[in-house]
Amino acid sequence: MSEKRTSPHRETELLRQMLRIRRFEERCVELYSTEKIRGFMHLYIGEEAVAAGVCHVLTADDAVVSTYREHGHALARGLPMTEIMAEMYGRAAGCSRGRGGSMHIFDASRRFYGGNAVVGGGLPIAVGLALADRCQGRSRVTVCFFGEGAMAEGEFHECLNLASLWRLPVLFACENNRYAMGTALARSQAETDLALRAAAYDVVAWPVDGMDAAAVADAAARATESIRAGAGPHFLELRTYRFRAHSMYDPDRYRTKTEIEEWKHRDPVSSLAERMKAAGDLTDDDVRVMDKEITEEIDRAVAFAERAPLEPVEDLTRFVYSEVTS
Amino acid sequence: MSTRTARPARREDQAAITYREAVRESIREAMHRDERVFLMGEDVGAYGGCFAVSLGLLEEFGPERIRDTPLSESAFVGAGIGAALGGMRPIVEIMTVNFSLLALDQILNNAATLLHMSGGQLNIPLVIRMTTGAGRQLAAQHSHSLEGWYAHIPGLRILAPATLEDARGMLWPALEDPDPVLIFEHGSLYNTSGVLRPGPVGITRSALRRSGRDITLIAYGGTLHKAMKAAEELASGGVEADVIDLRVLRPLDDSLIVESVTRTHRAVIVDEGWRSGSLSAEVSARIVEHAFYELDAPVERVCTAEVPIPYARHLEEAALPQVPAIVAAARRVIAS
Ligand SMILES: Cc1ncc(C[n+]2csc(CCOP(=O)(O)OP(=O)(O)O)c2C)c(N)n1
Ligand SMILES: [Mg+2]
Repeated sequence: MSEKRTSPHRETELLRQMLRIRRFEERCVELYSTEKIRGFMHLYIGEEAVAAGVCHVLTADDAVVSTYREHGHALARGLPMTEIMAEMYGRAAGCSRGRGGSMHIFDASRRFYGGNAVVGGGLPIAVGLALADRCQGRSRVTVCFFGEGAMAEGEFHECLNLASLWRLPVLFACENNRYAMGTALARSQAETDLALRAAAYDVVAWPVDGMDAAAVADAAARATESIRAGAGPHFLELRTYRFRAHSMYDPDRYRTKTEIEEWKHRDPVSSLAERMKAAGDLTDDDVRVMDKEITEEIDRAVAFAERAPLEPVEDLTRFVYSEVTS
Repeated sequence: MSTRTARPARREDQAAITYREAVRESIREAMHRDERVFLMGEDVGAYGGCFAVSLGLLEEFGPERIRDTPLSESAFVGAGIGAALGGMRPIVEIMTVNFSLLALDQILNNAATLLHMSGGQLNIPLVIRMTTGAGRQLAAQHSHSLEGWYAHIPGLRILAPATLEDARGMLWPALEDPDPVLIFEHGSLYNTSGVLRPGPVGITRSALRRSGRDITLIAYGGTLHKAMKAAEELASGGVEADVIDLRVLRPLDDSLIVESVTRTHRAVIVDEGWRSGSLSAEVSARIVEHAFYELDAPVERVCTAEVPIPYARHLEEAALPQVPAIVAAARRVIAS
């Protein structure tokens, strides 16, 4: 997109969404340290502009396929925070009835297809969802989020080829946060120009500043319009950075504090807020109100999760096979 | 395998050592003993190892021998096969058994079959290590125990070190084996610790970890310690159990099982795999085949409920074999 679309309303929404994700995860860290949340937990802090920007342009009919680092995608997709929090508590009221936890958030009613913890595992599912749309003549887009590390897996290459060969309506949203666990981009990918690699499959692809929610939303809007118009799959390399460790278990030995601090100067939340303030579209008061509303929403989500009942143990083996009601 | 004189890896004194450190020491020792040995896998180097097993090895041996790989399970496991064919002695680490499924084709269709398909020309001296098992609320894509599946495959040797000695000792004989060996380390064991009794261990026989006369408990890997606890509890009620640690899941050594059941006439098998088609089913069949007339009661099995492992703690606990369930099964078998 050559000229930037600006709309104070859109930017306010992007800012609100990013702040929700940020504050939600900050609370999750506290809850993890008191063992309310357990298992593996992967934080999205630093990468909020990607989920906020991409999900902003989707319609309710579109589908989202995600990874284990999916709190941001789920929130931006509109899953109720109460149900996400209850899931992380392992409660029956959780969006996956406590079966999935942080890495497996699902909501079929919002066409949010999870929460996949095997790297690359979501890509073929996204291709299939798009295939079903094609078969049924629907004008929908399936967005597939995945990390740059997944681009080394065979599934990535098989899926790009297949989606391109069949001109399927998939938006491949590659979150290039420069690390796959402890492995830096250049140590895991022979060709680090990721868009170039996608283009090798005849997929329209370009890099985007993933620290700028407005730029992400612009790129996603352009890509989804083109996909809906029948131009086949698109690939966005969203250049971003995770401010926190890979997971709660990661001692973060493989990158320097200076590098992390440098990226924090480009914090997607504060940089959008500053830009809006400079343009006269936002005041400090607006931010305070926004933050207060978000804190209240999080408090409600925690209270909901605390009160929510556990799934009865007798129901342990439910959902292994479909329950056919006669 | 040509063996150069072993440089003692580190003084093994009376200090307590963790299972994780025992595995690390075994890798260090192998790297010192044979320069063809190298370790390769995701985040084994700069990150320090997914479960910190290889922490410090990159600094000691350098990036050629502690080789970080991209997320490419099929490629680097297959490359391990090729490197073994080419004269190296690779130790390939897969983060967990769940991700080994991406490399299952290479393991089954190449590593396990090349020797036979080539009429005995191409043996694969490859070791693949991986974590297995549940118990840490990691949900259904990070918790499964699939070693029983691998134990179905002719051509592979499947090891399940449950003790510090086996964690420390199994790697070297595995590397000396001319054929592919898979080592399954249960994730709940890494932090267990104790004083290690140094010395070589074999990779062909099961082991008796406790002896009794009333019943035989059979377990391996992550369930051995549960079986040992159950045996203690049973002892306080006057029931003395033999506890057998399978150690080698394939080729399965059933001689000790048969010998024990011939004495105790009763058996309970504990397995973190799902019951249907599990390794416990194989062990049960061996008992029936070789000691049917010795049995005073039907064999019982304590396995994982047939469900993908759920996240919620109470559900995960209910899904897995637990000490009270082992004790209850043993009491039923004794009573019948
Ligand atoms: C097939 C597979 N191999 C290994 C892992 C362990 N693992 C989980 S996340 C991860 C790094 C993935 O990096 P990337 O795709 O860049 O996503 P990011 O975590 O940076 O968002 C690894 C190695 C896994 N979950 N699945
Ligand atoms: Mg990454």
